Amino acid sequence: MSVIEISCLEVWREISNYVDNDVEPGLRARMEAHFKVCAHCKAIVDGTRNVVKLVGDGVEYQVPEGFSKRLYSKIKDA
Amino acid sequence: MSTGTTKSYVDANEAELIRRVCAGEKEAFYELVRPYEKAVYTAAMSILNNQADAEEVAQEAVLKAFSNLSRFRGEAKFSTWLVQITINEARLKLRKDRRHLYESVDEPKSDDEGDYFPKDFADWREIPSETLQRNELRDALKRALAGLPQKYREVLILRDIQHLSIEETAQVLGISTGNVKTRLLRARLQMRDVLAPGFDGSWITGKQEYEKVRPW
Repeated sequence: MSVIEISCLEVWREISNYVDNDVEPGLRARMEAHFKVCAHCKAIVDGTRNVVKLVGDGVEYQVPEGFSKRLYSKIKDA
Repeated sequence: MSTGTTKSYVDANEAELIRRVCAGEKEAFYELVRPYEKAVYTAAMSILNNQADAEEVAQEAVLKAFSNLSRFRGEAKFSTWLVQITINEARLKLRKDRRHLYESVDEPKSDDEGDYFPKDFADWREIPSETLQRNELRDALKRALAGLPQKYREVLILRDIQHLSIEETAQVLGISTGNVKTRLLRARLQMRDVLAPGFDGSWITGKQEYEKVRPW
């Protein structure tokens, strides 16, 4: 099956949707064909995927100590 | 809560807690919001980027949800509704705090227009799991996130940390799904630009200097 070529710029516009599995199959095939021949875009898609993984796994905002207790007394006094 | 025919997104346990709160049982409200403390605090942090302000706003938002609970119609998940109130409260605080400053809270609209060009093409493949555990990486992530413009940071946090859907993120922020996708793209690409050079080697090998692995 031949796929219509796609430019780097078009790939960058869709790269986040691609990582989220939110592109239609035709576009997906064109992007995948592009990644096979373009090291730059392959690096960007790998990196974008890594950002999603890292942010999801590595960033955690711990609620400050005593937060829950303070909230409980505020609700009680409300 | 709605008793009509519209679909309710509230699960049975939460619906029961809401009923009890509306019947005057304050303690049930604590039980209702407790699983979402972190989500509320994180949402406030995404906008305020400051621990003390985030706590203040998170607590105010929960109290606001308490006094407005009878108006909750179950048209969204309870957690989404709660996060939405928090986002609104955080934005209000930001406006109030910046009122005396020249800088405008409304960032230039042009940011969403035009294309984002990646600045760095460092090859960045697998992340070894031991790398994830390194404090250096966690700190770099937090710094990179804090350095994003607010409107990109809030979308990235809601989507990639809180795992809200595109639709929920749009609803909570009061923007279109198209806008969520555009901002998410920019947020992720900017994060990659900031973080990728570290992955040229320094975080994996522990070397102080970055190793260039670019294709030229």
